[in-house]
Amino acid sequence: MNAFERILPVPIPTQDSQFFWEAAKEGRFHVKRCLACGKIHWYPRTLCPFCLSENTVWQESAGTGVIYTFSAMLRTAQPYIVAFVTLDEGPTLLTNIVNCDAATLAIGQSVRVLFRPSDGEFPVPVFEPAGNPFSTLSKLPNSIPAHKASDD
Amino acid sequence: MSIHGQAYVVGAYEHPLRRAPKHSVAQLHAEVARGALDDAGLSKDDIDGYFCSADAPGMGPTSMVEYLNLRPRHVDSTDIGGATYLSLVSHAAQAIAAGKCNIALITLAGRPHSEGVATGTQPKIRNPSQPDFQWEYPYGIANANGYAMCAKRHMHEYGTTSEQLAWIKVAASHHAQHNPHALLRQVLTVEDVLASPLVADPLHRLDCCVVTDGGGALIVARPEIARSLKRPLVKIRGAGEAVKHQSGGYFDLTYSGARQAGAQAFADAKVTPADIQYVSIYDSFTITVLIQLEDLGFCAPGKGGAFVADGNLISGVGKLPFNTDGGGLCNNHPANRGGMTKVIEAVRQLRGEAHPAVQVPDCRLALAQGTGGMLATRHGSATLIMERE
Repeated sequence: MNAFERILPVPIPTQDSQFFWEAAKEGRFHVKRCLACGKIHWYPRTLCPFCLSENTVWQESAGTGVIYTFSAMLRTAQPYIVAFVTLDEGPTLLTNIVNCDAATLAIGQSVRVLFRPSDGEFPVPVFEPAGNPFSTLSKLPNSIPAHKASDD
Repeated sequence: MSIHGQAYVVGAYEHPLRRAPKHSVAQLHAEVARGALDDAGLSKDDIDGYFCSADAPGMGPTSMVEYLNLRPRHVDSTDIGGATYLSLVSHAAQAIAAGKCNIALITLAGRPHSEGVATGTQPKIRNPSQPDFQWEYPYGIANANGYAMCAKRHMHEYGTTSEQLAWIKVAASHHAQHNPHALLRQVLTVEDVLASPLVADPLHRLDCCVVTDGGGALIVARPEIARSLKRPLVKIRGAGEAVKHQSGGYFDLTYSGARQAGAQAFADAKVTPADIQYVSIYDSFTITVLIQLEDLGFCAPGKGGAFVADGNLISGVGKLPFNTDGGGLCNNHPANRGGMTKVIEAVRQLRGEAHPAVQVPDCRLALAQGTGGMLATRHGSATLIMERE
């Protein structure tokens, strides 16, 4: 078991991602859904990458998924695990896996989101093995109705 | 209109240096331009088309056109990373076919080793307005782990092993021993690769390419001009390009853009993988080679591990000789962009000018393949099929 604590560089929001990072401060993790074609995409855009509709909304994610692939970086000054996680909602995103044992980590393993502080204003969503008894964060709610962001 | 037969590669030159602490980048561009012109038997003032990419200092082609004191009537600059120089050969042939120029110069140069900017395990800071940057940079995505994640998934789905990947480096090292300019000339074994440090699980240090200063240049010309020169004729038969990315979050990391780029090139060239006698395959990492070989159809998806094992890529030993200069894995990866040297070694093979120890007998049909950017996140892919007439 390794917490894989490290100093994460602060994400620099763009004009259309401010909502996501403000919500991250409250420990809430969102994806974007298109109301025109119904699809959920990652990374979040204003215009849907499938149909180019502007009718996209932020939807709070259950924050659960499975590891698609990963690479353990164990020789760096601050070791870390970079990974792609496939969310239960569909899309796959780049992230880090924390609070885990690199030697037993596996593709297909269930993970859930938590937030780690960065060196700046916004915390960063990372993932840990689901059911981790060492988790530092309570489980997020499983389903929250989609809502339109005020600044979107 | 197909690219088939519209233009020929008439000049090719690889800078002999791998460490250039006292050269400027512009000087390296000029030296490789001169080298390619000498190789073709042409002079600077014959050039009427100039092509470059983001390694060229200045705004697109303008600064290098001035530095070289060229008078082009057609210029172009594009950037799909290390694959760019294969696509520029195609773009030059297209410009020639459209009557926009007759003799096109393509240059590449850089000095990442001397500038100390290149380590494959360091995340790169980019312009924050690049839309993916905020979603990726905090996680420490870097070249080595980006490719490592593709290798890990390929292993998971197909049972590919580190030993099989190591064979790719071993084959490159067998070729590099004959190249006096190669950075790494020591013949390696599978055990050597596996004993090297695990820089990004499952990739070892010896799964990675070299970091070198230097460069290269190519000259592409109209068919009647090519026939008037004294060099062996190397005809462009087919070309293809692709950009593969995360597709809004729904993607498969076990294949690359080479699947699309290769299909286009083979359709242009009207040949099949079985017809190809030599391949230059972009080799930023061993996994890059394995995935592209599958995507191009040299073996079935998932069978790349078995295909590359036991020396099958070693010239004179295996069925598909690859990167006979030692490739990016052992010889040269100038400016961290290996596409230029991929074309150059393919041209050497087609001319019969590769080192005798690695020359493919009567090599008439060769393929060069590039992957630029990062395999796991987004990359450009370009394929070129060339024939000796």
